[in-house]
Amino acid sequence: MHPVYVEGIGVLGPGMESWQEAVCLLKGEHAYLPGKTILSPPESLPPAERRRASRGVMAALQVGYAACTMAGVLPAEPASVFASSGGDGDICNAICSALAADDHLISPTQFHNSVHNAISGYWGIATGAMAPSSVVSAYDGSFAAGLLEAVSLLVSLRTPVLLVASDQDYPFPLSAVRPVPDIFAVALLLTVTPHPGKSLAQIRIAGDLPFAELPGQAMSDLLLDDLSRAIPAAGCLPLLQSIARQDTGNIVLVYLPSQYLVLEVAPCR
Amino acid sequence: MSILMISGMTATSCIGRGLEQTLAALHGRRSGLAPCAFRDMVVDTWVGEVAGVDDEKIDADLRDFNCRNNRLAQLALSQDGFADAVEAAVSRWGRRRVGVFLGTSTAGMLRTEWAFRHRDAVSGQLPAEFVYAGTHSPYSLTEFVRRKLGLEGPAVAVSSACSSSAKVFASAQRMVDYGLIDAAVVGGVDSLCATTLYGFESLGLLAKEPCRPFSGDRAGISIGEAAAYMLVERMAGPQGREAVWLLGVGESSDAYHMSSPHPQGLGARLAMERALVSAGLGPEHIDYINLHGTGTVANDAAEAIAIANVFGTATPCSSTKGATGHTLGAAGALEAAICVLAIQNDFMPSSPYTGPRDQSLEINYISQNQGGAISTVLSNSFGFGGSNCSLIFGRPI
Repeated sequence: MHPVYVEGIGVLGPGMESWQEAVCLLKGEHAYLPGKTILSPPESLPPAERRRASRGVMAALQVGYAACTMAGVLPAEPASVFASSGGDGDICNAICSALAADDHLISPTQFHNSVHNAISGYWGIATGAMAPSSVVSAYDGSFAAGLLEAVSLLVSLRTPVLLVASDQDYPFPLSAVRPVPDIFAVALLLTVTPHPGKSLAQIRIAGDLPFAELPGQAMSDLLLDDLSRAIPAAGCLPLLQSIARQDTGNIVLVYLPSQYLVLEVAPCR
Repeated sequence: MSILMISGMTATSCIGRGLEQTLAALHGRRSGLAPCAFRDMVVDTWVGEVAGVDDEKIDADLRDFNCRNNRLAQLALSQDGFADAVEAAVSRWGRRRVGVFLGTSTAGMLRTEWAFRHRDAVSGQLPAEFVYAGTHSPYSLTEFVRRKLGLEGPAVAVSSACSSSAKVFASAQRMVDYGLIDAAVVGGVDSLCATTLYGFESLGLLAKEPCRPFSGDRAGISIGEAAAYMLVERMAGPQGREAVWLLGVGESSDAYHMSSPHPQGLGARLAMERALVSAGLGPEHIDYINLHGTGTVANDAAEAIAIANVFGTATPCSSTKGATGHTLGAAGALEAAICVLAIQNDFMPSSPYTGPRDQSLEINYISQNQGGAISTVLSNSFGFGGSNCSLIFGRPI
């Protein structure tokens, strides 16, 4: 399979505010301490959209900008893939609660924000990007599904692709049936050819049947391992660890039921 | 891009179960829309409800997936020998080389709405029978269909509002080109629920009468439900002259507004131009355009400007949403199936309700069905968030 190259990374999650911080945690230089996810909404979103956009949208935009900045790519340029297990949990809860109380006057803003591609829409509005934008979901395997979509989009278009995977917690009662503890968002700016001194890692889908029936090894830091399993988008952490440590080898990602995705990862410098 | 052969197809909507009924309704310009009498919902609008969905019985081993959306998915899957066509593809390529790419905007939201009305009076918990993964998750539809068909290739749900089940064709095509699959089940399923009915009502976008896309007195959309699938495969040996192919795909983002189209149809224009480029065709090669054509004042006006900019004013166009309603996340696949039927049967379907012509929209909107050789067709699907997708079907020129 054609390899792709990682040139920028943004990450945000509980106890993890940036890629720079994540590198230290993933290399084991600092102990990971779980906390709450702290958002810093991007300045570039127009004021009206800043008012309308939810915290899940803000988190996704934040990591998307960070990955583009690190790669030196204008955010309007790349095609994009947005992967998420669920839509906006707060809005879903609000709409379903109102309907259950026979309040049929749904807020128009809430309704258009309830679509699964709200993040993609706000990304376009904030950056001016008119490139193709895919919006995919595969339950706990949403990060891996997003990566497959991004890789095939990248090889098809041969222009940079921004992959953003994000998930957020639901309020009660949905939290009881889908216990996602907090927001996690990750962005990878991917290119089809390497740029010496700029590309961080090479990722290759492992062959034309890149599936395994068993999961990969647990991460050595048990708290990071817990995080990687607790939030679907955090399923990227084994891959991010491999990139941070400049490891060479195979990574196994959660994908579909009883079907894991195998990647070959190698550092570029 | 490589072109993909359509080797299986089926569609179920309010105008019919399977292709034969769908074709007969289109030939007869029959609409399936009726005043909304869905469950206990009180909305002054017309909807395209599929009859008999709730009579479908879900197998015991798939009971976690039991919701109206998946019952509709199953009802449609049993039409037109579609499952047999998929099994034949499995024997050609292998179970792990056939992917599943399905679009939905709301999946089993109706079931979630039910669960919220049946919370425990003391604890507030949702009922134990509510299964998030099998009904609420956007991926629930894809996993249900994947299990029904026994497929083990890559699988994903695409949920980009009303472009969802058009964009699945693009995702599948790219994954074939990339080399991960040789064939794919693509399609979309969306079913009626309170969230979309009351949500579109809150935006003031629901017509009180059957929708009349592109007419001068159009007043909004009619929501429908549908399930439509296609089996697409990479070329394998010489094919008959009758085969219809996915020739091109084009996608774009409006980067303009969450629920209003770009007023000049800029995103729509980009999607159509990219589809033509990917197919290696010029605008003069397109014989018929199946419009997104929802029937709102703003959507149809923006699409007409985009069409006129790319194609001029002569190419015959129509929206079939007056027959089927706007089936949201299923619309791309349903209208793709209608486009393939148009090619196979040499006719362009017009909408049942056309109303007075909107003189300000300078396109060739057909008010009657038209016959004649049709070899290449373009279908538009645009969604909230400015998500646009155009597909080109036909026989290679």
